[in-house]
Amino acid sequence: MWMDHSGWVTLGTWVAALLTLGIMSFLYRDNPIYKFCEALFVGISAGYWFVSYFWQTLLPRLGDPLGAALTSLFGGPAVPWDIWFILIPGILGVMLLLRLIPSIGWISRWPLAFIVGYTAGLRLITFLQSNAMTQLQNSVQPVVRFSESGTFLGWDSFNVLLVTVGTFAGLFYFFFSKEHKGAFGHVSRIGTWFIMVTFGAAFGYTVMGRMSLLIGRIDFLFANWLGLVH
Amino acid sequence: MADPVGTQGNGLFDRLMRIDRRIIFVFIGVALIFPLFFDISQKIPVSPEVVMTNDAFNAAPDGGLVLFSFDYDPPSAPELQPMAVAALKVAMRKHMRIVIIGLWPQGPQQANMALASVRADPRFADAKLTYGVDYVNLGFQAGNEAVIQKMGSDIPTTFPRDYAGTPVEQIPIMKGIKNLGNFDFMVNISAGYPGTREWVQFGADRFGLIMVSGSTAVQTTEMFPYVGKQLKGIMGGMRGAAEFEQISGNPGKALKFMVGQSVAHVIVIAFIVIGNVAYFATRKRKAGA
Repeated sequence: MWMDHSGWVTLGTWVAALLTLGIMSFLYRDNPIYKFCEALFVGISAGYWFVSYFWQTLLPRLGDPLGAALTSLFGGPAVPWDIWFILIPGILGVMLLLRLIPSIGWISRWPLAFIVGYTAGLRLITFLQSNAMTQLQNSVQPVVRFSESGTFLGWDSFNVLLVTVGTFAGLFYFFFSKEHKGAFGHVSRIGTWFIMVTFGAAFGYTVMGRMSLLIGRIDFLFANWLGLVH
Repeated sequence: MADPVGTQGNGLFDRLMRIDRRIIFVFIGVALIFPLFFDISQKIPVSPEVVMTNDAFNAAPDGGLVLFSFDYDPPSAPELQPMAVAALKVAMRKHMRIVIIGLWPQGPQQANMALASVRADPRFADAKLTYGVDYVNLGFQAGNEAVIQKMGSDIPTTFPRDYAGTPVEQIPIMKGIKNLGNFDFMVNISAGYPGTREWVQFGADRFGLIMVSGSTAVQTTEMFPYVGKQLKGIMGGMRGAAEFEQISGNPGKALKFMVGQSVAHVIVIAFIVIGNVAYFATRKRKAGA
């Protein structure tokens, strides 16, 4: 072999570092190097996902069982009879791909209808249970809270009160059947403030997330590539 | 047509209104690079959600069975990998038997990298971890929440082979594992869909999994409502990872990176303040003109 393992690692690190710098060059301005790196990333991602799904899903979940079933028909080892059920998702999958042929593309609507129906049925109950009922249960708490020894927990009580006010005010804001005027309008306005604070918190977290990704790349460049930090 | 506020004039505030975004990039870059070269640490107050995460780990039985779901890929690794490494270390210190899966195709590879990081830690050099006995990586399975739903009834048919292709019936740690009800604890490291929300809805609420989550910062605020009854704790973003590293006694990359993170945040806040002051100052002057 003309290059050992460490050689490949070094080469990979250099390629990754140069591509990172290529993408970062967009911070200065749009340029052909950035476009090249972007296109390369999109292409490789699509290829990786295809190969990954083929080897980790399509082959072991459909190809192997189907192969075993077909072999059994021609004198191969016996297989459980229910293995033939694998044909149903297999056929649905092929029907989905027929979308690529415009003249018979309508056939793909059937497996799509199956997917929509299955997903809707699966998620409807869980959303109702997890995001409605349990959330409601979690929100209904005693506003005045005491510890097990009977001490008044001021901060906890304030927190619960804040959640209660925020929940009601937020619900008032999203009640559009009545004009937001008078007392209703004031409560709705408080709801707006709670929603704005939520957006602010989400934005703050997003900034932190983006910084973290940048730190990750910088660490790669200075530690893995240049070896300047450890 | 009237000129937008602050686009003309050479006063200080006018120039601040026209500040080139690349100058801000330079400030942020320096703020993030500079701390890497110094051995600076920052004391971080641990949030109640991370304390809950640590308490949930402590409440899990020593030697128990823990499920790790690695639901992320390399782009989210800077935030999530440190918390995955720290969580694996805590589980190994408790001698828990670890079963790893991934609902994202690259999740199992991230798990292998996290395991390699644990093994590289001198404190875990003497830990005799045998693949198949102490831990197993069952790999990726397509199907999103349907995978969780099926794991609730039958794990061996959901994951018939491990990541390397070994049938699960030949893996000692998998003996006796039938469904999600066999697990004492669950850790989900999540970057989006499918992830923490689906594990709460299908794993915790439906099958009673006791679970904690490590989540990217972007989606953390959406997961907070689950904390308490449905989710026993959450580590949000790099800060959550740093807090968990600190409270669990496993200092790692997240704690190291938090100094740069904090300095960069101060710079962002400073520029927001400068931008607002300049905006209101120029607007007031325009209004008075």
